[in-house]
Amino acid sequence: MTESTYRIQGATGDWEVVIGLEVHAQVMSEAKLFSGAATAFGAEPNTQVSLVDAAMPGMLPVPNAECIRQAVRTGMAINAQINKWSRFDRKNYFYADLPQGYQISQLYYPLVGEGEIEISLDDKNPEAEVKTIGIERIHVEQDAGKLMHDQHPTRSYVDLNRSGVALMEIVSRPDMRSPAEAGAYLSKLRTILRYVGSCDGNMDQGSMRADVNVSVRKPGEELGTRTETKNVNSVRFVMQAIEHEANRQVDVLESGGKIVQETRLFDPDTGSTRSMRSKEDAHDYRYFPDPDLLPLELEDAFLEECRASLPELPDAKRHRYENDLGLSPYNAGVLTAEAETARWFEVLLSESAAKQGKPEADVAKAAANWMLSELFGALNKLGKGLDDSPVSPQAGAELLALVGDGTISGSIAKQVLEKMLETGDGAEAIVEREGLKQTSDTGAIEAAVAKVLADNADKVEQYKGGKEALFGFFVGQTMKAMQGKANPKVVNELLKKALG
Amino acid sequence: MSDLTNLTVAEIRDGVAAGTFSAREVATAFNAEVEVGRKLNAYIVETPEKALEAADVADAVRKSGDLKPLSGVPLGMKDLFCTEGVQSTAASHILEGFTPTYESTVSARLWDAGAGMLGKLNLDQFAMGSSNETSYFGNVVSPWRDASGKDLAPGGSSGGSSAAISARLCPAATGTDTGGSIRQPAAFTGISGIKPTYGRCSRWGIVAFASSLDQAGSMARTVKDNAILLEAMAGFDPKDATSLDAPVPQWEAGLSSDLKGKTVGIPKEYRPDGLNPEIEALWDKGIAWLKDAGAEVVEVSLPHTQYALPTYYIIAPAEASSNLARYDGVRYGLRDLPDGAGLQDMYAATRAAGFGDEVKRRIMIGTYVLSAGFYDAYYTQACKVRALIARDFEAAWEKCDLLLTPTAPSAAFALGEKQADPLAMYLNDVFTVPASLAGLPAMSVPGGLDSAGLPLGLQIIGKALDEQGVLNASLALEERAGFTARPEKWW
Repeated sequence: MTESTYRIQGATGDWEVVIGLEVHAQVMSEAKLFSGAATAFGAEPNTQVSLVDAAMPGMLPVPNAECIRQAVRTGMAINAQINKWSRFDRKNYFYADLPQGYQISQLYYPLVGEGEIEISLDDKNPEAEVKTIGIERIHVEQDAGKLMHDQHPTRSYVDLNRSGVALMEIVSRPDMRSPAEAGAYLSKLRTILRYVGSCDGNMDQGSMRADVNVSVRKPGEELGTRTETKNVNSVRFVMQAIEHEANRQVDVLESGGKIVQETRLFDPDTGSTRSMRSKEDAHDYRYFPDPDLLPLELEDAFLEECRASLPELPDAKRHRYENDLGLSPYNAGVLTAEAETARWFEVLLSESAAKQGKPEADVAKAAANWMLSELFGALNKLGKGLDDSPVSPQAGAELLALVGDGTISGSIAKQVLEKMLETGDGAEAIVEREGLKQTSDTGAIEAAVAKVLADNADKVEQYKGGKEALFGFFVGQTMKAMQGKANPKVVNELLKKALG
Repeated sequence: MSDLTNLTVAEIRDGVAAGTFSAREVATAFNAEVEVGRKLNAYIVETPEKALEAADVADAVRKSGDLKPLSGVPLGMKDLFCTEGVQSTAASHILEGFTPTYESTVSARLWDAGAGMLGKLNLDQFAMGSSNETSYFGNVVSPWRDASGKDLAPGGSSGGSSAAISARLCPAATGTDTGGSIRQPAAFTGISGIKPTYGRCSRWGIVAFASSLDQAGSMARTVKDNAILLEAMAGFDPKDATSLDAPVPQWEAGLSSDLKGKTVGIPKEYRPDGLNPEIEALWDKGIAWLKDAGAEVVEVSLPHTQYALPTYYIIAPAEASSNLARYDGVRYGLRDLPDGAGLQDMYAATRAAGFGDEVKRRIMIGTYVLSAGFYDAYYTQACKVRALIARDFEAAWEKCDLLLTPTAPSAAFALGEKQADPLAMYLNDVFTVPASLAGLPAMSVPGGLDSAGLPLGLQIIGKALDEQGVLNASLALEERAGFTARPEKWW
């Protein structure tokens, strides 16, 4: 466990920042939490609304088991206590995007209790600086609709497509001490949600958003009064909001003011927060158990199914990549940071092993290095990612097999990859067509070596006079003469022999 | 053909099946009475064409023998049930003109069983009231009169249902009961009505008052008719999370007034000082009738009875304050948008204009008891007392199978008499509320007339899911009471 050294330097000394996050994550489910309506993003306004979502008279909520299942699986993925008995409460307030006049949530008895998430603070070595962030609870609740103020000069319109969509509210302990820790927590949480498949984690589409609780104190002192900045929708913005809010609080306190417990809004354009409402204006939500719903009681078989359906999680996967596959902590960290990356890598790995007839551990390093440097580099240049990569993991494995069996050299492999990205053709076909096969024909290489040495008699003299660095020059010239297709090992051997 | 409107549900069903008369004749006769009975203000909407349509279907299939359990039976539908294509208002201004695109589960089951709809019956606004005076569409007038000649309350909230059945404007009707809204109006008008176990009838499509208490039930002139109707209404509904997933017994076939082997409890707390002596006398008669039917009668104690009414008047308004938040002028129903008004102004204006005084009173009470600082003292405490009241019944079932009590503390009162005093009005529910809080089946049957010539009711309360026991004991009372009185037609 690492203690944060992040401090805000004020006029009166150093201040420590205390951060807790409440993350709202939209549950991946075909249907809403209490109705059968669909949940697709970006549909025409009011096309994904059932009678229940519109709160028509006499309509009743019925819990959607899939939403509950996803929240339970998420809880299991963070090693949390799953409450076999939980209950839904109504949070009452009036707003035009809230058709029922209340949100069905879980205040008193949440579905998921205490859990934890381990975060890494050093990208280069994910094992070096780790910290455990406590999760207080996860509860499920309904999302509200959306007001549209730009449709009419004097009126606002309501889109209820999102009304009733299931959210998980994931509440952390105030365990974070720097914007970087909060950023790492949010990223890690998103990774876990995506692995589990319980939330797509797309913050730009609003399917994950964070309420950021921030307070400051002199190190070692009692917790200060906190503010809550609502609905921040990117990792970067969360870090910005914390930095701004913590500095603002220090300024207020050092100029003799007091922090008001209040709700604030983050302005992405200025990177600052501003007051939305203070505690005095806070709603009295009149929470009480929803009488339309019975308490949620989970059976053991249901819990077992949830647990059995969990995939290998990012931390376990990273450890396996390091320990079983021999990857560096950095490579293992990058490959497991996104579920999609790991999935791509694992197909590449198994195909490579199969094609080369070797155990996965023997081809893992080469596969990881190629994927992280060659493939990512090439995709980056094209402005593409793995999801729209023109090269499939199977095609990548074909290329790696050609390098592995000495058919082509590493440098030729780069050319072949470029051609693959360009044409979509397979590595073998390209190598065949372009005549890129590496040669170990000693006769041809010997001839080339002889010619290079003859053409550079002066350099041969210098080399023999002790300038051994020239060896690389001879290798390069020989390879050039062979149009890159000579087996570098053979070139080395023959040069050494020729130079005596 | 005027006799047709004096037939019971069973008689109509059997007569149509036998070809003694056509379903169309029955529907036509009731449609005519509905028109004649407008002075009673029992219907908010009349749907004679729907009654005829269902009747014609019944007549068409009669020969092929494809008649359904309620083929040819026209019914009144309390206007708390949403009915597709027919205005559904909960007797409120805020839902005036609201026409659902959906049919409540209970009404759909009745139509599927072959019944036809005569119209939507008046009620207390959002089912809040015991006299039908809170309806936005004007109060229902009881067909009964005493010597004073004053207009009397038909009871509430299902007062349109009770008045219409009693006045033969329909042979039977749906009701809903949150704290006595089926049983008290049944008692006031000399008919029968049963509130089944909470969860027996789906609440889907019924405008909600207090979700943990609301329960649909039947109202008719005989116990048998109630058994027939309830059998069609009840059943598991996956669209209502509180619906009971239990098979519906054949209550009509199971009817028996032989109570040998049954023990009936008489709760001593239901006999407070100052109980109307005529009610007390009827209660004693009821005890004798049940003994005569073979039951053993024992005294039992339900010690938390005195807390039932205050508990009810915390829990029901609390739930109502939240359930009625959806009537906000945004999506449907009334919208009052003053010039230059913002969202909050629209809420205030819409709800001020759309809700009646009693509804506003209960929303305010409910909001208060749920608010920060008062929640534990009122709502949490009420929930605890509710559990104790349920436990009282559990303890009583150790000693008996059923309970016999009066339905209401008095006969029907004059319209306007209690309107100014909400507490006096709330006292009407004193005998009906405990069973509601415990979710138990309970039924009111007419026991006789008081000295003023007005009907009085007796209540049977049973164990959860023992509607059969409740119906059978009620049948025993019905047979012995021999209640044949009906209001003289003055309308």
